Amino acid sequence: MEWDWNFVWQIMPTLIQGVKITILATLLGSVLAAIVGLGIALARRSPNKALSRTVGWAAEFIRGTPLLVQLYFIFYVLPDIGILLPPLVAGVIGLGLHYGTYTAEVYRAGIDNVPRGQWEAAKACNLSARQTWTHVIIPQAIPPMIPALANYFIAMFKETPLLSAITVLELMNQAKSVANTYYRYIEPITLVGAFFLAISLCSVVLLRWLERRYGKIER
Amino acid sequence: MTQWSGYLGLILQGALVTIELTLMGSALALIMALLAGMGRLSRFFVLRALATAYIEFFRGTSIFVQLFFAYFVLPLIGLELTPLQAGVLALGLNVGAYAAEVVRGAVQSIGREQHEACIALNLGRWQGLRHVILPQAFLVMLPTFGNNAIELLKATSVVSLISLADLTFQAQVVRAQTGNTMVPFATILVIYFILALLISWGVRSLERRMARGLDGVRV
Repeated sequence: MEWDWNFVWQIMPTLIQGVKITILATLLGSVLAAIVGLGIALARRSPNKALSRTVGWAAEFIRGTPLLVQLYFIFYVLPDIGILLPPLVAGVIGLGLHYGTYTAEVYRAGIDNVPRGQWEAAKACNLSARQTWTHVIIPQAIPPMIPALANYFIAMFKETPLLSAITVLELMNQAKSVANTYYRYIEPITLVGAFFLAISLCSVVLLRWLERRYGKIER
Repeated sequence: MTQWSGYLGLILQGALVTIELTLMGSALALIMALLAGMGRLSRFFVLRALATAYIEFFRGTSIFVQLFFAYFVLPLIGLELTPLQAGVLALGLNVGAYAAEVVRGAVQSIGREQHEACIALNLGRWQGLRHVILPQAFLVMLPTFGNNAIELLKATSVVSLISLADLTFQAQVVRAQTGNTMVPFATILVIYFILALLISWGVRSLERRMARGLDGVRV
């Protein structure tokens, strides 16, 4: 069996369709992960012991179990209790929740890195808790953590093929269906690998730029 | 209700396959990590280039695609692998690439004075590495290796998609036979979590054991 360029051009449009869904899932998942992560990080800092403990354990549990099983859980178990989700939505929720537990650690580190003096200054200026967060802590905590966050988003991008297991028609699934139709595996699967490598390498360049732009903490 | 015990047996069989995969994958990952990590620090350009290419390639593409490549594409070029072999190969090479960077970082984190002490004691390159640098670097690597092992454990769930009867696969079987989704998936989530806790506990106790006698050496 050898490489057939005609076949490559024939299946390319289908694969491009898949790439679009893959990127869409990554973007939506990233947004959700960024929000969930912030929620978890704030809840874990809460003075309410019951809340911080529960959220801490839940995050630990999600981080300790495979994303694939979580996706199955969201897609196949939730309908039993009456929540019927389209595949893509289930996939985005799975990605967002799973990576949210990782980004929570990034937020935690970022928030811990804001010097104590800033908290004291906020208190001295008579800012309320909400004002302290929105005007003093978050603006200083976010920029240094952008590279680390982007790192996790790239990792998430590489996990999106798992969504094919819950019938999302992303890149991997398109490739598999093409492969099963023509019974040729070598071109579709290799192309998927090439697409991933190409997009990852581009995002690494972007990441390096983000690191230069935001990585250094200005003192 | 009696039938659940039979299904539980099925799931436990899957757990054995998952554990087997995790152990063999971790062994391969450890070997690859040491080879590639040391390769990146080599004096020889060829070794450095080879190690960098390996690391960038396996970190840049999705584990899912690598697994499919190993299982579906390699047979076409004459390399027939059983699902277990393909799984161990893909998992080991993928996680090995991540761990290789840990090895490099840990070896580089050992202070200059240690290298100078090796020269002062007239140790050869290999002797210095073997008796001075690596024992200290290994302690730095251990916690991250633990995290990598947990990542590998979670990644094993993907092999269910190439028809290897691991935990996730068995849960699907039970789901198909009983029509109940909640119980099998909740069970395997808990099993995965327990396995992850076991790994982190094992790594922590190993770390304590290895740190013994090194007090005062590390800062």
